[in-house]
Amino acid sequence: MINRLSLDYKQLPLVATITLFVLMFSFGSLRYTGFLSTQVFLNLFIDNAFLIVIAVGMTFVILSGGIDLSVGSVIALTSMVAASLTMEAQLSPWIVIPISLLVGTVLGVMQGALIHFYNLQPFIVTLAGMFLARGLSYVISVETISIDHPFFSYMANSRIPLPGDNFISISVVIALTVVVIAIFLAHFTNFGRTVYAIGGSEQSAMLMGLPVARTKILIYTLSGFCASLAGLIFTFYMLSGYGLHANGMELDTIAAVVIGGTLLTGGAGYVAGSVVGVLILGVIQTIIVFEGTLSSWWTKIAIGVLLLLFIVLQRVIVMRSEKKQGNG
Amino acid sequence: MFKSMMKSRLFWPILVLLLILIINLFFDRSFLSIEMRNGHLTGSLIDILNRGAPLILISIGMTLVIATKGIDLSVGSVIAMSGAIGAMTVASTEGTGLGPLFMAIGLSLLICALVGGWNGLLVSRVGVQPIVATLILMVAGRGIAQLITGGQITTVYYDPYSFIGGGYLLSLPFSVFIVTFVFLVAVLLTRKTALGLFIESVGSNPDASRLAGINSKNIMLMVYLFSGFCAGVGGLILSSNVMSADGNNAGLWFELDAILAVVIGGTSLMGGRFYLMGTVIGALIIQSLTTTIYSIGVPAETNLVVKAIVVLIVCLLQSPEFRRKVFGFGKVKRTGEQKEREGVSLS
Repeated sequence: MINRLSLDYKQLPLVATITLFVLMFSFGSLRYTGFLSTQVFLNLFIDNAFLIVIAVGMTFVILSGGIDLSVGSVIALTSMVAASLTMEAQLSPWIVIPISLLVGTVLGVMQGALIHFYNLQPFIVTLAGMFLARGLSYVISVETISIDHPFFSYMANSRIPLPGDNFISISVVIALTVVVIAIFLAHFTNFGRTVYAIGGSEQSAMLMGLPVARTKILIYTLSGFCASLAGLIFTFYMLSGYGLHANGMELDTIAAVVIGGTLLTGGAGYVAGSVVGVLILGVIQTIIVFEGTLSSWWTKIAIGVLLLLFIVLQRVIVMRSEKKQGNG
Repeated sequence: MFKSMMKSRLFWPILVLLLILIINLFFDRSFLSIEMRNGHLTGSLIDILNRGAPLILISIGMTLVIATKGIDLSVGSVIAMSGAIGAMTVASTEGTGLGPLFMAIGLSLLICALVGGWNGLLVSRVGVQPIVATLILMVAGRGIAQLITGGQITTVYYDPYSFIGGGYLLSLPFSVFIVTFVFLVAVLLTRKTALGLFIESVGSNPDASRLAGINSKNIMLMVYLFSGFCAGVGGLILSSNVMSADGNNAGLWFELDAILAVVIGGTSLMGGRFYLMGTVIGALIIQSLTTTIYSIGVPAETNLVVKAIVVLIVCLLQSPEFRRKVFGFGKVKRTGEQKEREGVSLS
């Protein structure tokens, strides 16, 4: 009996998320002609590939009970580094890509180390990281740097055909690979279990002898790496580097993870849920585009309302489970 | 005497502020001079006070929220909303009648206080973590502001509206009087009544405070309401400065600057203690940094790098682990309870 309840408590938000996605997609399909097509569905992935990648990294951070506000700025910094190395230093993409990926990874290691060793709050450390990354991308250049390089154009324009005249982009393949690896990491490795344990109770995790220090730093490193990878995908998408790229993206990411059913207190949630969360944000945008007369700010209001609904749902679930524990 | 000065919470912030002002003096000899021009006092110092006014106001509200171990991420969006409401109320008005002005002020402050109260309800009654509860409004508020202005930058042609942020009284900018008034009210309410103690007590332990007979929930509700109100006043000043409302960019990054100002001022993010005067100095430090970066001629965007470094240094100085490792103080003993408290992250 108790076993069944604890299962519900963990999975209810995920079930709610998937139901919501199906409902919204059906709503769109009934209301607009041309909405119900495989390509519209695939476009959700193509347009949000970078968001999926950062949401995956952020899921681990939030699962551990932390938060990473620096991801949006890391995207901007990565796009700037990639653009300036390619266009101004004329380096080959095979050198540019590893360097760009290192940007976020190194920042992530630094943030994780500060958070763990000096017991600083993740919120304030990643806030500083956010300022730093955006500031540094302006130090590289205040102007937009457009990228004109065969490799980047190839990554941006090539389409991978799927049966039925549909296609996806290379970015989608990268994003889905990241998702698969992340699901494996979260559910089938020691690292993943330690993340959940830290989110449940850091002190218990430490007392159990789990490698809390290493895991915490790894979590932020992973999130930084994901942000850099997302930055590269974003660069393929925009074909430019700019300090204002992905402004406020960290909020969209957190929203996607929360809507995807991960508890913000940590310890419960699924990587797959965050992917559905991103898709829900994508559906909102698609519906607004199909509607035509609705202005873009309705996206923000809709995301706010959804956030509210899911957060209240989370509270209810947590309070009920606390009550159950109290009775038991 | 010097030792007692060192011990004061305000010593380091004031020192940093003076240092920034002195650095400015190297680049501009006339930096500290204040002149009388057209019956108005002008000079860089007055300018810092005037331009810093919105940030000081918002940081005062934020200080009380942080004192209860909360955080208010929505202030930037509330600024945008306040400016949008104020500007839209007087958008079609011309002439100099004062009726519409009071209408605009009343309406936007009322709505901002309500919006702050909404945050407070979520935190105190529904029990959502502050960072999450205010995140909702941070995302949605900017959408609402754009909804109010119709997504465009609304320009105001109604002269009295410019008085809020650009007017002068007794040869000083009017915004300085607003800030002084709000600051005095906050200080009187928190230091001359038991309210301040209640806030600190809720910040250290809400449950214990409730058992001690303090209405924790209403205290929390109140600080968020006050923070919303302060953001509303700040938003009116900002919108009146530029005589327009921009739902998209007004108040961008203000929540971060405000949190930074509070932290620099010596208030710990763990709640339980607050220093209003420290916050004011913290906000002035941030404003002078911005002014300095402009006047030295470094690209304005590098501001962000400087801010990042300042945040990190201040946080590291506040961290007991860091102080022990670097300065070798043996005083800091980490008991189990303290460790648990530190381990609880804000998110």
